[in-house]
Amino acid sequence: MRWIRRNLVVIAGLLTLAYMILPNLVVMAFSFNKPKGRFNYSWQEFSLDAWKDPCGVADMCESLSLSLQLAAWATVGAVVLGTMIAFALVRYRFRARGAINSLIFLPMAMPEVVMAASLLTLFLNMGIELGFWTVLIAHIMFCLSFVVTAVKARVMSMDPRLEEAARDLYAGPTQTFLRVTLPIAAPGIAAGALLAFALSFDDFIITNFNAGSTVTFPMFVWGSAQRGTPVQINVIGTAMFALAVLVVVAGQIITNRRKKTATA
Amino acid sequence: MSTSTLTKEETAPPTGEPVLRKPSTRKRLVPYWLLLPGIIWLLVFFALPMVYQASTSVQTGSLEQGFQVTWHFQTYWDAFQEYWPQFVRSLLYAGTATLLCLLLGYPLAYLIAFKAGRWRNLLLVLVIAPFFTSFLIRTLAWKTILADDSLVVDALNALHVLDVTSWIGWTEGDRVLATPMAVVCGLTYNFLPFMILPLYTSLERIDGRLHEAAQDLYASPATTFRKVTFPLSMPGVVSGTLLTFIPASGDYVNAELLGSTDTKMVGNVIQSQFLRVLDYPTAAALSFILMAIVLVMVTVYIRRAGTEDLV
Repeated sequence: MRWIRRNLVVIAGLLTLAYMILPNLVVMAFSFNKPKGRFNYSWQEFSLDAWKDPCGVADMCESLSLSLQLAAWATVGAVVLGTMIAFALVRYRFRARGAINSLIFLPMAMPEVVMAASLLTLFLNMGIELGFWTVLIAHIMFCLSFVVTAVKARVMSMDPRLEEAARDLYAGPTQTFLRVTLPIAAPGIAAGALLAFALSFDDFIITNFNAGSTVTFPMFVWGSAQRGTPVQINVIGTAMFALAVLVVVAGQIITNRRKKTATA
Repeated sequence: MSTSTLTKEETAPPTGEPVLRKPSTRKRLVPYWLLLPGIIWLLVFFALPMVYQASTSVQTGSLEQGFQVTWHFQTYWDAFQEYWPQFVRSLLYAGTATLLCLLLGYPLAYLIAFKAGRWRNLLLVLVIAPFFTSFLIRTLAWKTILADDSLVVDALNALHVLDVTSWIGWTEGDRVLATPMAVVCGLTYNFLPFMILPLYTSLERIDGRLHEAAQDLYASPATTFRKVTFPLSMPGVVSGTLLTFIPASGDYVNAELLGSTDTKMVGNVIQSQFLRVLDYPTAAALSFILMAIVLVMVTVYIRRAGTEDLV
């Protein structure tokens, strides 16, 4: 009893973690299921069918590749625009800074459905056809603020004296930027890019409003929730989870090695 | 673009006053050039759409005959009168989910920040990794977890939890799926990482020596938490609750997948008015009412949380 009281925080924390991981375990388990009906909600029997044929469902892999392309372009757009804004906000003093800061904060402080609906009214009023391009525009828009915040945090903690030192050592502005500024800002930019990619890839609400008849992966999953969920959806979900864990673990190993070689 | 202007500046030797002044105005323009593309993007695709939505909300007409701006503010009142239960429900569900996220997320953030040691990175990965399985797939998994006669529901039944929740109307009999409890459970689940990460960042910044100092001054662990740790983690609490409450109040995915027709939130109404009923003015008005409510609540909350922070 005393042991429980002393470790109350640890126990509560691990219970929360279990709550967060539980659905992923269910998704994983049900990727090996062989459902009898259209819906993959109850356990029937073990089978590897879905793993052997992950693209066996009509249109699913097409939607997946569309989502990946969209996320890649949205990341490029948001990172370029967002990094420029972040540098301007941290490195320069100018008028309208307050206004610009709130313009960047507002998209994050707005329920997604409000942004989604307002963008739709814009496109409808302008007679723009909904599809890949309207979704891309929307994704860059809502990822932008998150990239700015991530990059800003990093640039703010940068020591400007490092750049001064580079200039003192006769590095030109281009050289200073490419060899000093950019490498130091890189982790912030990478974090922003990763966030943008994940947000865009997983976005449903804004895409739902502005996609027209274009079907991204989240929209495919949404549709299948009404029509019948193929097991392959669980396969993709499990594969993404495993891939993410692998990438993070690999990244961790690389940074650990670098630290060791740096101290050695 | 910025680097090329800088190069010219540096290569031009500042010999006299007029030469010196010219590059300095140029340099002054650098931040504006950096800001221009991104800010234009936000103005055209974030601010301008709000204007269009405002104009749509005061239009009348029909899809066949077209809509005209008639300054018909009545739409706002009609929409609110018809859908106020959904507004109340949205705020109630989102508020409950936010509170649950704080209660569940705080111990985990605390655990990662202070007690995890070498397990810290692993735990952080486990908090972020679920993100990479599409949230719709994970939300659908709750259908299996909360299904009738599932292990979880049986356990809740055995512990008489469902008796209590049925009594306050959050579940029906021994069912959980398609009740408010399922929706709140889904919302809590989906937004937990948005609570944990800011909490973790603000807890991690706290100097461990402050805890030692509190203990040296004979504060019990509970007092240390109440007087030192929690107040210092307030920035995390504020941003975490905002990051949870705002998106949860507009969400319609959880209510649609885990709830029933009796658990519809404002998001569901806006979605169906826009995409199924095609009654754009009503949908725009509802969306603006939601925005106004959220902005007012957030402003009041930030003010109050801010003053508490100072005390």
